[in-house]
Amino acid sequence: MKPPPFAYARAESLEQALALLAEGGEDAKALAGGQSLVPALSFRLLRPTHLVDIDRVGGLDAVRGADGRLSLGALVRHATLARLQPSQSHRALRAAARAIGHDAIRVRGTLGGSLAHADPAAELPVVALALDAELVVASLEGRRSVAAADFFLGPFTTALAPGELLVEAVFPALPPGARTAFAEFAARAGDFALACVCVGVAPGWARIAVGGVGATPVRAQAAEAVLAGGGAGALQEAAATASRELEVYGDRAADQGYRRGLVQTLTRRALADALETA
Amino acid sequence: MTAPGEAGGSFAAADAEITVELTLNGAPASFSAPARWTLADALREKLGATGTHLGCEHGVCGACTVLLDGEAVRACLVLAVQAEARAVETVEGLAADDELAPLQQAFHEHHALQCGFCTPGFLMAATALVRNEPDATSERIREALSGNLCRCTGYAPIVAAVRAVLDERAA
Repeated sequence: MKPPPFAYARAESLEQALALLAEGGEDAKALAGGQSLVPALSFRLLRPTHLVDIDRVGGLDAVRGADGRLSLGALVRHATLARLQPSQSHRALRAAARAIGHDAIRVRGTLGGSLAHADPAAELPVVALALDAELVVASLEGRRSVAAADFFLGPFTTALAPGELLVEAVFPALPPGARTAFAEFAARAGDFALACVCVGVAPGWARIAVGGVGATPVRAQAAEAVLAGGGAGALQEAAATASRELEVYGDRAADQGYRRGLVQTLTRRALADALETA
Repeated sequence: MTAPGEAGGSFAAADAEITVELTLNGAPASFSAPARWTLADALREKLGATGTHLGCEHGVCGACTVLLDGEAVRACLVLAVQAEARAVETVEGLAADDELAPLQQAFHEHHALQCGFCTPGFLMAATALVRNEPDATSERIREALSGNLCRCTGYAPIVAAVRAVLDERAA
């Protein structure tokens, strides 16, 4: 199908974008790279009344790192993330970006778009959750910061209110010696994940976030406790715990049992990957 | 005074015609279309450049691949109005007069096309790769083309054709 009709405006600046979003009202949407939004329009799953094109707004694509903290503008393209030379602690972000779609998608798709679209099978929301990202949201009223844990509310549903625009994702410095990894399984390379896992490990600290198995990315907190506790066999036990503790849904692409198996295998692989890196 | 839909302006009403000026295969071009038109449809219906094909129209098959400012993108996922002031390259721009571009010649020689429906998309994706990554490995060729689907050839001849062009350039 073709996209349904919508009023359209192109913003030249963030201020203009916010004003246009406010003017557009409740059913206005921001358009950046369009890799998620345009297919949704073509399927007519979304029928925004107004589209605010922010694809060329300047100043929203900065990549800044300092003291282990990584600040990424919402318009940073997946292709840029895929080429990052991250600090050791943020290599999961690069791995996740490389798993998104294909070259042509990564050139256009944006970090902010992926986070705001909140597809349950998307990669970057899982990394944001695992690594405690703070998401900076702007509106005419000012700015506010939302923890990733509070941002993803349901399938394709976030804490963004009408008139609000995600402008930045800040990945805090991780504990000393932290290593991260990302693993995904899809039917074909570039497909949406049937399941994906992002992990972070440091002495006494562990993060395991899983995507593609529920309405939002979720943390496997019992598994994290097992891992943080350490000891021989903790890795295997954490992977098994993750697959048991989470509510996992099934569908024709992969039933519940299969997805549970994926959670276990991917958690194990991601942890092994993280722990092997120097 | 900016018109509705132009940068910095107000909202263009739904289905209002918006004028887009761009460069197509090196030459200035323009068209008017509603904002909800995709670049793929605008190229085909407004500019007569029907070499860009519509396969899935939701960004999965790659048949609509064109170059936007030198990078391979899915034209079905770019709104036509987003091409304003940008350089678009399509399959029509590859050959110089009657002479096939090296990639086209290689596709011909390696039997990298049968029905030809996916071919323009593959050619544009490969053009970006050859231009931007002249020392791409065979694994990288496969990755770069992985977003394009072909029902006929089984892909091996396509990869071989691209490999041949890269090898020829390196020689």
